[in-house]
Amino acid sequence: MKLAYYPGCSLKGTSFEYEVSLLKILEALNIEIQEIPDWNCCGASAAHSLNHNLSVALPARNLAIAENNGFEEVLAPCAACSSRLKTAKYEMGLDDILKKKITDSLEMPYSNSLNISNMLEFLINVAGKEKIKSLVKKPLSGLKVASYYGCLLVRPPKVMKFDDPDRPVSMDELVALTGAVPVDYSYKTECCGAINSLSKPDVVMALTGKILYDIKEHGADLVVVACPLCHSNLDVRQREIERKYAERIGLPVLFITELLGLAFGFSPEELAIGGHMVNADKVLKKIS
Amino acid sequence: MARIGVFVCWCGSNIAGTVDVKRVAEEAAKIPGVVEAVDYKYMCSDPGQNTLRKMIKDKNLTGVVLAACSPHMHENTFRKAAVKEGLNPYFIEIANIREQVSWVHEDKEKATEKAIDLLKMMVEKVKKNKAIEDVRVPLTKKALVIGGGISGIQAALDIANGGVEVILVEKEPSIGGKMIQLDETFPTLDCSSCIMTPKMVEVYQHPNIKLYTYSELEEVSGYIGNFNVKIKKKARSIVEKDCTGCGDCWNICPMHKNVKSEFNVNLSERTAIYVPFPQAVPLIPVIDRSVCLHYKKGGKCQKCYDACGPKCINFDLQDEIIEEKVGAIVAATGYDLMENSLYGEYGYGQFKDVISGLQFERLLSASGPTEGVVKRPSDGKTPETIVFIQCVGSRDPEKGVPYCSKVCCMYTAKHAKLFAHKVHGSQSYVFYIDIRATSKGYEEFVRGTMENEGAIYLRGRVSKIYEDNGKLIVKGADTLSGNQVEIAADMVVLATGVIPKKGSDKMAQMLGISYDKYGFYTESHPKLRPAESSTAGIYLAGMAQGPRDIPESVVSGSAAASKILGLFSKSEYEVEGTIASVNKTTCVGCFYCRRVCAYSAISKEEIKDRNGNVLKVVANVNSGLCAGCGACVNACFSKSIDLKGYLDEQIFAEIKSLAV
Repeated sequence: MKLAYYPGCSLKGTSFEYEVSLLKILEALNIEIQEIPDWNCCGASAAHSLNHNLSVALPARNLAIAENNGFEEVLAPCAACSSRLKTAKYEMGLDDILKKKITDSLEMPYSNSLNISNMLEFLINVAGKEKIKSLVKKPLSGLKVASYYGCLLVRPPKVMKFDDPDRPVSMDELVALTGAVPVDYSYKTECCGAINSLSKPDVVMALTGKILYDIKEHGADLVVVACPLCHSNLDVRQREIERKYAERIGLPVLFITELLGLAFGFSPEELAIGGHMVNADKVLKKIS
Repeated sequence: MARIGVFVCWCGSNIAGTVDVKRVAEEAAKIPGVVEAVDYKYMCSDPGQNTLRKMIKDKNLTGVVLAACSPHMHENTFRKAAVKEGLNPYFIEIANIREQVSWVHEDKEKATEKAIDLLKMMVEKVKKNKAIEDVRVPLTKKALVIGGGISGIQAALDIANGGVEVILVEKEPSIGGKMIQLDETFPTLDCSSCIMTPKMVEVYQHPNIKLYTYSELEEVSGYIGNFNVKIKKKARSIVEKDCTGCGDCWNICPMHKNVKSEFNVNLSERTAIYVPFPQAVPLIPVIDRSVCLHYKKGGKCQKCYDACGPKCINFDLQDEIIEEKVGAIVAATGYDLMENSLYGEYGYGQFKDVISGLQFERLLSASGPTEGVVKRPSDGKTPETIVFIQCVGSRDPEKGVPYCSKVCCMYTAKHAKLFAHKVHGSQSYVFYIDIRATSKGYEEFVRGTMENEGAIYLRGRVSKIYEDNGKLIVKGADTLSGNQVEIAADMVVLATGVIPKKGSDKMAQMLGISYDKYGFYTESHPKLRPAESSTAGIYLAGMAQGPRDIPESVVSGSAAASKILGLFSKSEYEVEGTIASVNKTTCVGCFYCRRVCAYSAISKEEIKDRNGNVLKVVANVNSGLCAGCGACVNACFSKSIDLKGYLDEQIFAEIKSLAV
């Protein structure tokens, strides 16, 4: 099966660690992926609130290129990207008129047949838990890890059709494979404030703060995420939140790919873990 | 030779305002066969009817055409007037020039033309009319009531008190339905079981009522006045006539863990041999064979048998099929509540202290698992703060159903009130969309909960519930203040929406009555025939028709009963004669008609020669069941079915009258 890779803007920019670590673990998993040639914006944040047709057409173009290049499966590691790609596919699947309109505007044939996976789906359904487990060389025993899913990985359920929308477990299962202990807490799918980080940072700090303090209270050593925006809110804003609420958090926030990479035996440097704002060195000493 | 009288009604200005009635009458008089055409201000009035009767007599009319309002309105009035003059009622025809002309057109000239056309059609039709006799059906004066909840009980008692025999069938081991599970009832706060149990006992003792509990309807055939029903009496494993209800058996049953009590909505456990609740009617236990050790372990356990004084336990009893013949049926099959886990974000099933409204009723009830002390299911502590969430599944087309469940506003107000009475210093919060408290004393009741008991009402919905340090954190919107709110509660009660009883669609199919897309039975007419189903002889009551409260359920039970007593007050049932009839000479017996008949009115009839050899099999219309819809007429390939009163030749005559 030919696997297409849709990086989106984050993995090429602020979340370069996500891409670096992803490519590393794929190498270990012996899975080959190819970046979709000439990919464009997925339409997240702006397009879907402003122009419905555009919000479908943008992801559809990426999907059409992948399809015309003979791919059957697309991996979109960013939660917002996978959400947009899946939503476009879902909407065109329901509405033939929309599909025709969009396909006409793309000026290339498109059958809406690709399977799209977010990071968690990809790891569980495509890579497979057995294989991941077999590659764990350095079990992360003793490490307590909280999985934060945010909103888009499992919702809306009718589009995502993956995991439980209210009490997801897929990332916790991956955490367990590494030998680390998954930490249960209340706010796994609660909103981090998302893109309001730019326009209403106070709202984001209140929401993200709540999540981080709850994770802290439940005794986690670090947090894993599978979404660049979640990561940015939980990691980049953490220092500010500590200042605002005058209470230390000190929770490193890693991408799930980085955690798997560590378990596979890659060094923090190879996985670009040093790129994050909250320093993970102290926590990672626990496992070294 | 046809002698037809035409009457053009003004209906005040209703018709005369838009239609030139004088001209219509003049034109009518020119049609061959019309002996006289007149116009009159109100044909339905007494003088109007007298004009009609006088002309029938004086001119010796063979047919009458009225140009007036819809036949739905006054066809009967005019038919009765005609009968008084010795004319067969089916020689009266009506051209609807009100609903189909004056009310829907503005141009007087064109409206008048149309009225004349419609009138002409009816004149041509009535020339071909034939006398039709109404059909008379014998009546078996015995009623079947399906469902032993409050509406079924009410219907059964009213019918029985009217001197008619009743068979009451209940699926569960005891009658009482949902009402017997409730604690106190709004808005008077009288105790539900205190007002319900006397009725249950009355049913049990009534000489005219035969009660089958733990029984289900298996099969229904026949038609109004003549239904044949099969009832499956499930094996209780108890010889009922010998049982004294002493309780020795269930007190000794070793299976007293892990089986959840249906009556207490999973908040307590019950034994394998059990009565659902202490006031059960009949007070005869049932062995739940799916959990009983006797059945599961090859007969090893028989502790109940050993303990039983009158030795009335018989492990080998089998289901019985009972056949009964009845003349009318009441479908009062009740309701269920939606899955409480419908909203994953509320954590029902995940958090023990998120419970349903019916569970809260059991916690409040003195006969409940906590003997009326409000305790949390998780740790048995008394909650100090409870959040009530209304419209869980109701009024939510996305996840649940679009309709309002009607009772939740009231029972939630009641819950908050009773909670305040039971736990002093406690606090209730109620999330609602709108408050619907429209019956007598209801609005005052809700007001009382807000103002006297201090319940805080928040208009908005709850988005999510978390557990945090033993508290349930309820996050929601207060849309009146525009704020997001977070409440740390000890317990959350969900007012889950009402849905039809599971299997009500199957029941409707068995009975041959119509039901809506949710599964609620539909009335013959939503306003004017609310107690009747779409099928003659089958009546509806209670929540099986849609959400309603106790008083309404009682009223509907009584309404169904009064309809049945009315039906049974005559010696025979009269059906309109406009039904289908089969030309048995041309019928080829393909029975395509049977497939389209919604009323199961068509049966197979064998035509035999004098030696008893079957010559052919043809369709036969059961006059008791046929509703005269005409579906079979259209379906018949050999054109062998005609609808009396709407014969092909009549329809063609109407069409031809329009030929220019």
